[in-house]
Amino acid sequence: MNDKTLYDKLWDRHVVRCDADGTCLLYIDRHLVHEVTSPQAFEGLRLANRRPWRSDANLAVPDHNVPTTDRSAGIADPLSRLQVETLDANCSDFGITEFAMNDIRQGIVHIIGPEQGVTLPGMTIVCGDSHTSTHGALGSLAFGIGTSEVEHVLATQCIIQKKARNMLVSVDGQAGSGVTAKDIMLAIIGKIGTAGGTGYVIEYGGDAIRALSMEGRMTVCNMSIEAGARAGLVAVDDKTIAYVKGRPYAPSGELWMQAAADWQTLRSDAGARYDRVVHLDAASIQPQVTWGTSPEMVTSIDGRVPDPALETDPVKREGMQAALAYMGLAANTPIAEIHPDTIFIGSCTNARIEDLRAAAAVLKGHKLAANIKRALVVPGSGLVKQQAEVEGLDQVFKAAGFEWREPGCSMCLGMNDDRLAPKERCASTSNRNFEGRQGQGGRTHLVSPAMAAAAAITGHFVDVRTLEV
Amino acid sequence: MQAFRKLNGLVAPFDRSNVDTDAIIPKQFLKSIKRTGFGPNLFDEWRYLDHGEIGMDCSQRPLNPDFVLNQPRYQGAQILLARDNFGCGSSREHAPWAMLDFGFRVVIAPSFADIFANNCCKNGILPVVLSSTEVARLFAEVDAAPGYCLDVDLEKQQVKTPGGEVFSFAIDDFRKKCLLQGLDEISLTMQHVADIKTFEARRMLDEPWLFSG
Ligand code: SF4
Repeated sequence: MNDKTLYDKLWDRHVVRCDADGTCLLYIDRHLVHEVTSPQAFEGLRLANRRPWRSDANLAVPDHNVPTTDRSAGIADPLSRLQVETLDANCSDFGITEFAMNDIRQGIVHIIGPEQGVTLPGMTIVCGDSHTSTHGALGSLAFGIGTSEVEHVLATQCIIQKKARNMLVSVDGQAGSGVTAKDIMLAIIGKIGTAGGTGYVIEYGGDAIRALSMEGRMTVCNMSIEAGARAGLVAVDDKTIAYVKGRPYAPSGELWMQAAADWQTLRSDAGARYDRVVHLDAASIQPQVTWGTSPEMVTSIDGRVPDPALETDPVKREGMQAALAYMGLAANTPIAEIHPDTIFIGSCTNARIEDLRAAAAVLKGHKLAANIKRALVVPGSGLVKQQAEVEGLDQVFKAAGFEWREPGCSMCLGMNDDRLAPKERCASTSNRNFEGRQGQGGRTHLVSPAMAAAAAITGHFVDVRTLEV
Repeated sequence: MQAFRKLNGLVAPFDRSNVDTDAIIPKQFLKSIKRTGFGPNLFDEWRYLDHGEIGMDCSQRPLNPDFVLNQPRYQGAQILLARDNFGCGSSREHAPWAMLDFGFRVVIAPSFADIFANNCCKNGILPVVLSSTEVARLFAEVDAAPGYCLDVDLEKQQVKTPGGEVFSFAIDDFRKKCLLQGLDEISLTMQHVADIKTFEARRMLDEPWLFSG
């Protein structure tokens, strides 16, 4: 009866104290910081004359506002520049390690954490950013927080929280070849809805999840927030430990032996109970494409844009109608007849080396279709970019007609200059297709890197498995 | 933080589910390094007909007459009535800052995104969860009666309609206490410094690799 889920174990390890109503003080091992959600928190510390509890538990990086074109002249937009300079100044004032804009280790905060071994199994990890759920792929409890909480963590190394409920999403069997982590996750969101995970921490299990690479698991956990969950988790296994080993901030020597042994226990016990269990059959998952303005508005590549007239719930029907109007799509249009103008390969969901390899494999020897106006590849970090260049992937992208950019969030949200124009339609490997997310009036279709590359060379969405590559 | 006890306020209906924080406050306004001044840009892309940028004088911009908050009958609203999964997406606390700056002190919905609800409570905005049926009823009543106000009482955990009907809502004791008293959570946590230090010392022994870097 004492069997615990992975979430139970991680939670129990970090509880400092609890009130009678279940409100607990949870100790935070790692705090990641970026320029957008931290300035007001540092300001709060200053106003109250407080210092960070543990400077060494923090790591900062500018990612949202940085230009992805030549950086030698700094940031042209004065507001973006001020925000990045404010982060630099706060880090130096408060003794926080920062990978500044021109550091090779700079990149999207959720990419560099695992890459540097700053994210370790068994940790609690927070960041003023909802996609902090990414780090759960390593068996750490990781979630996004608001700026007030950023200040609270800086000042106390803790956050105040009540325990969430346990959900298991089990993806059983084997996914077909050409079906990626992104497709699996979009299918999960399509099934449980964008609020399906609200109030839960989701653990992803099943053979198809175990079979994913660490990068793939990060893609899955990244979009947990798109299913409404506080965090996503994958149990530690040999892949996890092999991934962490030797990374710059990972323990070494005797400490490594101790850590690796401890991490082997970070999996749910056989008899652990979940409040909700959802099963998906991996073999039935096809490559996915979103058609609307919420990640749950998703279907298979062989599907069609749904018809709102067939929806019986009036609130949902109106939501669908508004989405189709915004997206400029007619009901019943086959997904394969949708033509993007722009291709964006990047973001904390899909800008790791494996993602770039998958896209390049499709692009190799091909050119952008005539209707594609622009195509961007934005590596997730300076080190991902460097690795891709070592492998010659940059040449494949450039030969196909893609722009090869510097690392950052870029067109995932367009806080820098990389933005969609009104009505511009984009095949994007990012995580949100909200109205205006990639630029006011811009139209986003979420897909995997391989599917984005396939759309790039054919000019429309197409099942990547049918292409000869 | 501003305390919240009770409020009798005008209700504005926002008849859309899955309203995300990108819509509540678009990204270009996140470049501000302040906590205030976001109100004029609340729902910017829906509220104005032109494209908004930080620093624009919003009083000179063309309003979208169809947007609900621009309608004369909802001017001065302090309570937002919303649908499922309100506040999903980005963790940006700029969203509740903008709502507060605009004048909202209460949001009523059948469900909220977790981080957003949390962020509201840290800024003196009360997120009230009522059942879908109750929310649907309120939408109908607001629509039928211009000037429709609700009584929201946090102490009693009740929403009262002009017709005298009472809906109860649940809230964590801790959140309730903080909101009622306008407490600063950092100061509260600081009362447990000894506990945190003891915990940390034990953690250093149990998982020393977390403290070696
Ligand atoms: S890449 Fe996109 S989703 Fe990820 S942290 Fe940056 S803006 Fe957020």
